[in-house]
Amino acid sequence: MYPRQFDYVAPSSLDEALAALDANPGAKVLAGGMSLLPMMKMRLLSPEMVVDIGRIGGLGDITDNGDSISIGALVTHAEVAASGLVQDHGAALATAASWTGDRQVRNRGTCCGSMAHADVAADQPVAALALGATMVVASSGGTREIAAADFFVDTLMSALEPGEILTEMRIPKVGAGTGSAYDKLGRRGGHTDYAVAGVAASVTCSNGSVSAATVAVTGVGSRPVLAAGVADALVGSDGSDAAVEAAAAHATDGIDVLEDLYGSVGYKTHLAQLFAARAVKAALAAAG
Amino acid sequence: MSSTSVLGGVVRRREDPALIQGGGRYTDDVKLAGTAHAAFVRSPFAHANVLSVDTSAAEAMDGVLAVYTAADVEHLGPLVAQVPVGALRPLLNNGTVKHVGEAVAMVVAVDPYVARDAADAVDVDYDALPAVVDLKHSLSDEMLVHGDMESNTLISWTGPFGADADALAAVKAGIDEQKSRDDVVVVSQEMINQRLIPVPIEPRSVLADYQIGYGRFDVYSSTQIPSALAGAIGKYFGMALNQVTVKAMEVGGGFGCKLNVYNDEVLVAFASKQLGCPVKWTETRREAANSTIQGRGWIATATMTGTTDGEILGFELDGIADMGAYSQNFTVAIPFLGVFVGSGQYSFPTHWKMDCVTTHTMTTDAYRGAGRPEAAYYLERILDMYSRKIGMDPAEVRRKNYIPASEFPGAVSPMGFPMDTGDYEANLDAALESAGWSGLLAERDAARAEGRHVGVGIATYVEVCGFGPSGLVDLGFSWAEYQMPSAFNGSSLVRVHPDGSATVSIGTGPSGQGHQTTWAQIVGDGLGMDVDRIRVIHGDTEEAPPSIGTFGSRSAAVDGSACYEATQKVQAKAARIAAHLLEASEDDIEFADGGAHVAGTDSSVGWDEIAKAAYQPHVLPEGMEGGLEAHAIFSPGNATWPFGTHIAMVEVDAATGDVRLLRYIGMDDCGNVISPMIVDGQIHGGIAQGVGQAMFEDAVYDMDGNLLSASLVDYILPTAVDLPSFELGRTVTPTDINPLGVKGIGEAGTIGAAQTVVNAVVDALESLGVTHIDMPLRPQRVWQAIQDAQA
Ligand SMILES: Cc1cc2nc3c(=O)[nH]c(=O)nc-3n(C[C@H](O)[C@H](O)[C@H](O)COP(=O)(O)OP(=O)(O)OC[C@H]3O[C@@H](n4cnc5c(N)ncnc54)[C@H](O)[C@@H]3O)c2cc1C
Repeated sequence: MYPRQFDYVAPSSLDEALAALDANPGAKVLAGGMSLLPMMKMRLLSPEMVVDIGRIGGLGDITDNGDSISIGALVTHAEVAASGLVQDHGAALATAASWTGDRQVRNRGTCCGSMAHADVAADQPVAALALGATMVVASSGGTREIAAADFFVDTLMSALEPGEILTEMRIPKVGAGTGSAYDKLGRRGGHTDYAVAGVAASVTCSNGSVSAATVAVTGVGSRPVLAAGVADALVGSDGSDAAVEAAAAHATDGIDVLEDLYGSVGYKTHLAQLFAARAVKAALAAAG
Repeated sequence: MSSTSVLGGVVRRREDPALIQGGGRYTDDVKLAGTAHAAFVRSPFAHANVLSVDTSAAEAMDGVLAVYTAADVEHLGPLVAQVPVGALRPLLNNGTVKHVGEAVAMVVAVDPYVARDAADAVDVDYDALPAVVDLKHSLSDEMLVHGDMESNTLISWTGPFGADADALAAVKAGIDEQKSRDDVVVVSQEMINQRLIPVPIEPRSVLADYQIGYGRFDVYSSTQIPSALAGAIGKYFGMALNQVTVKAMEVGGGFGCKLNVYNDEVLVAFASKQLGCPVKWTETRREAANSTIQGRGWIATATMTGTTDGEILGFELDGIADMGAYSQNFTVAIPFLGVFVGSGQYSFPTHWKMDCVTTHTMTTDAYRGAGRPEAAYYLERILDMYSRKIGMDPAEVRRKNYIPASEFPGAVSPMGFPMDTGDYEANLDAALESAGWSGLLAERDAARAEGRHVGVGIATYVEVCGFGPSGLVDLGFSWAEYQMPSAFNGSSLVRVHPDGSATVSIGTGPSGQGHQTTWAQIVGDGLGMDVDRIRVIHGDTEEAPPSIGTFGSRSAAVDGSACYEATQKVQAKAARIAAHLLEASEDDIEFADGGAHVAGTDSSVGWDEIAKAAYQPHVLPEGMEGGLEAHAIFSPGNATWPFGTHIAMVEVDAATGDVRLLRYIGMDDCGNVISPMIVDGQIHGGIAQGVGQAMFEDAVYDMDGNLLSASLVDYILPTAVDLPSFELGRTVTPTDINPLGVKGIGEAGTIGAAQTVVNAVVDALESLGVTHIDMPLRPQRVWQAIQDAQA
C-alpha cells in the first residue's frame, strides 16, 4: 500500500529516458503500471527511481512493416486484442491479450510490459513464443534484437539488461496455410485471470501435412517456455486429431512442472496436454 | 399504517447519488489538521517467542513521533471481548505471539509512508515455535496453542438447545435405534466448510482525535458498531460515555468483520491521547487478510438417517470449529448460532455437537451468516446425498420433512427454539414454479444426452436473525464490556423541525444496506409525511440514541420497528395539535399528502403549520407540552426466522473441472418488504458471497500458519463476470413479533447459496461417480474428484 520513497521522471524522448536509466542503475521503467505498482506497494520491489515512458512519442502504434508487424511499447492489451493486423497474423496474441486480466487492466497494461515483466503465468508471452516474435531493445549504446525464444529467462526475469527499454515487439506476417491459436484455463475458471495453464500454437500446413509448428506453454513451470516436443511430433504429421493428441502428450516434456495454489503437478501436466491439443486443433483450423 | 403507504413501493436508494459520484465520505477521507499516522509491526510467525524488540532505529528516523511496544499499553489490559471464552488478545504482544499478523509494536509518524518505513525498521528478534493449524490436531491437545490453558477446546456446543447430557444421549439413542431397520438408509459424509476472508471493498480505517483541554474524544471508524466502540474507548480511558463520540461515516462493506472492536482502534486512540494530535490508521489488504477477523472454518461429519421412501428419522452433526488464536467479540458464540438452525425448517430429531478449538491463526468471528451458513450447508448437503441414495426428487424429500405451516404460530424447532412464522411448502412450490422445475430437469437431461455435464441443485433454508429478546443478556450475551446494557433493543428518535421537516436519528451502523432510504420510508409512512422531507442520521453516537449497530440482519426488524414506534408517538401528538388547529375531533384526523386532514371534509393543515404550532406553546391545547419529537425503544419478543429456496443450474467441463453457473433462482421470504430494490440487492450480494464460498474463496493456511491467500491475487472473489443474472422472487409470510411484519434479509442469500451450488455440481457429475467435493469448487478440486471417482 505504501511504497518506499522513490524519484519519478517522465521524459518526453527515448534518449532522455535511456539517459535517466543509465544515471540510476536502480531505476525501473514504468509503462502501464499494472504489475510494477502493485509490487512497489507491497514493497516486493523498491526502485530508487521510476522512469515513466508514457509520454514518449512514437511508442503507441501497431504498424505494418510489410513483412512484419510492430507493436510499440505503449500499445495496450485492449489495442492488441482489437487490432485487425494482429488478428490476421497473430491470432494467438490477440486472443491472449483479450483474456489478460480485466477490462481496466487491458485498457492500461501494455503488451510489451507483459513481456518485460515475464510472469510465469502470463498469457501473451507464450503467444510471442509461438509466433516467433522479436523483441527490439534500445539502450544508450544502440539497439539490439532478442528472439522471443531467448527472452524469457526465469521467473519474473527477462533478457533485458539494466538501462534497456523494450521499444517494440515484432511478429512476422504470415500467409495462407499458417494459423495460430491460444487456449487456457484461468485461475478463476474459464479464460479469466492468470493462466493455471495455457498453450499457444502456431502451425503451417502444406500438401496435407504439418510443415512447421511452434508451441509454447505458460503457467506450469518457472517461465513461459517452448514445448519443442509437441512441435517436433506435429511436423510431418497429417494434423489429424489422433496425431495432434499424440503430439500434445509431449506438452511438458523437459519442463519442471511446479505446483501452486491453483494446480498440482499432475493437474497442470494434464491441462498443458489438454490445451496443447485444443490450441493446435484451433490453429490447424485457422490454417485452413 | 396510513393509507399513503410507501412501504413496498420501489424507491430509489437515497445514498446512491453520493456514492456513485465519488462524493461518499469514508473514514479515510476525513482530514483533520495535524493528523499523525500509525503503522504496525506484525509477527511474521504463527507462533514464536519475542526475544527482543529494538525500536531505536525507528525512533531515530525523521518524522517519527513515537514507537509503542507492549510495555506502553499493558496497563490498559487485553482487547475486550463480549464472549470471553478463551484467550483474550493483548493490545500489543511482546511475549509469545500466536498468529501471523499479530501486532507487536505500533509506530506513529507524520505520514503513512514514514510510518511504514519506521515500522520496517523496528528490529524484532523471534524464536519460532511449532504451530497448531489443523483442527483435528488442535482437538487432540497434543500441542497447546496457549501454554497456560489446559485444552485447545474452548467450548462444545450441543443441540437440542438446553438438553443435558442424558437428554442428548437419549436423542442420539433414538436416532441410532432406527438405523438397523430394514427400510432405513444411513448416509454420512465428512465435509469442510472452509475459512473465508470477509474482504469489504473499504478496508477498516480509524481516526482518533483526542481533544486536549476538552478531555474528550472524537473517533471516526469504519465500524458496524459505533456505540460499542464508544463504550469500549470510554472504558479503556476512564471517560464517561458523553465524552466519547464515535462517527461511522460511509462504511464500504462490513459483512461482520467490522462488528468487532479491534486493538488497532484502541491503540490509535491511545496514541492520540498520548501525543495530543489526531492519529489515523487504514489497514492494507494484507493486514485485512491477516489481522481482521475471518469466518467459517469448520470440519464436521453429517449423518442422515431415513427411510427408503423419504421420511427422515434423524440428523446428526459432529465436528470441530476453528476459533483462531484469540477470542474477540463473539468468536465462540458463532457456532452457537448454528445450533439455532441446526435442524433447519424440518421436524426430524437432530443431534448436534461442535467443538470450538483454538489454533495459531487469526481469530474467527461473525462473517455474513455467522454459523448459519455452515449449519445449513451440512444439513442441506447431507439431505441431498440422502435423496440421491434413495432416488427421490430432492425437492419432494424436503417437502415431506418440513414443519407444516399449520404448526405456526407456536412452532418449536427440534433444536428447541420457538420460531415466529413460516410456510415452507408454499415457498418451495413458488420456487419450483419460478424455476420451471420439471422443465429444468428435462433441459438438464437433454444436455446430458449430448454428453454435457449439466446439473441442477436445490437447497432450502431457514435462518434466524434480528435477535431479541432483551432477556438474552441473561444467557451471557450482554454487551457490558461496551457499556451497552443490552444488545437486543432497537432505538430511534424522531424529531419534527419547526419548518415541518423531520429527522430520524438511529444507532444503526450500515455498511451498504440502504438505511438512508429504508428509515426514511418507515418514518414517512409512519408519520404520513413526504419521504423527501425526512433526513436520516445514523452511525453517529452523538446524534443517535444508544443502539448497538448493524449486524445479524437486525436493523429493519429491531431498529426499524423502533423507528416506526417513535413515529406513532409523534403522529399521535401531531393529531392532537391538528385537531386543535382545525377545531375537529382527534378521531377524525388522518395523515396524507404532507399534512393532516379531517376525514370526509376538505379541511386540512400541513406539517409546517402543525410544527410551527408545536414550537409555540401558547397556541397549543391547554396543558400540552411544546415540541414534536419522540424516542422509542423496541424490544423484540423473539428473533425473526426468514426462509427460502434456492435452485442452481451448472455445467462442468469434465476435462478441466471448470464449473460454470448457468442459472440461479432465489425464492426468499423475509416477511413484509419495505423496499423491494434494497431487499433484492441484499439477496444479490448474499448469493454472490455464497457462490464465492462455493466456487472461489479460500483462506489457505500452510502447516506453519502462513496465510497463503493473503492478497486479492490469490484470494479469489466472485465478480460480475463470474455470475449469471439471478432470478429472484419472494413469498411473503409476515412475522408477528414486530409491528412492521418484517424479518431480516441481510444474510439470507449467503445462508442459502453455497450448498445450492455444490448440490448442482455433484448432480452434474453424478454419472461420473462423484458424491461430494469440498469447497471451493475450483477447477482442480473438481477435476481431482472426477479422477478419484473414476479410479
Ligand atoms: C488485476 C490484474 C489482473 C491481471 N491478470 C492478468 C492475466 O490474466 N494474465 C496476464 O498475463 N497478466 C495479468 N496481469 C498482469 C498484467 O497484464 C501485466 O503484467 C501488465 O499489464 C504489464 O504491463 P504494464 O504496461 O502494466 O507494465 P508495468 O507494470 O508498467 O511494468 C511491469 C514490468 O515490466 C517493466 N517494463 C514495462 N514496460 C517495459 C519496457 N517497455 N521496457 C522495459 N521494461 C519494461 C517494468 O519495469 C516492470 O518491471 C494482471 C494484472 C492485474 C493488476
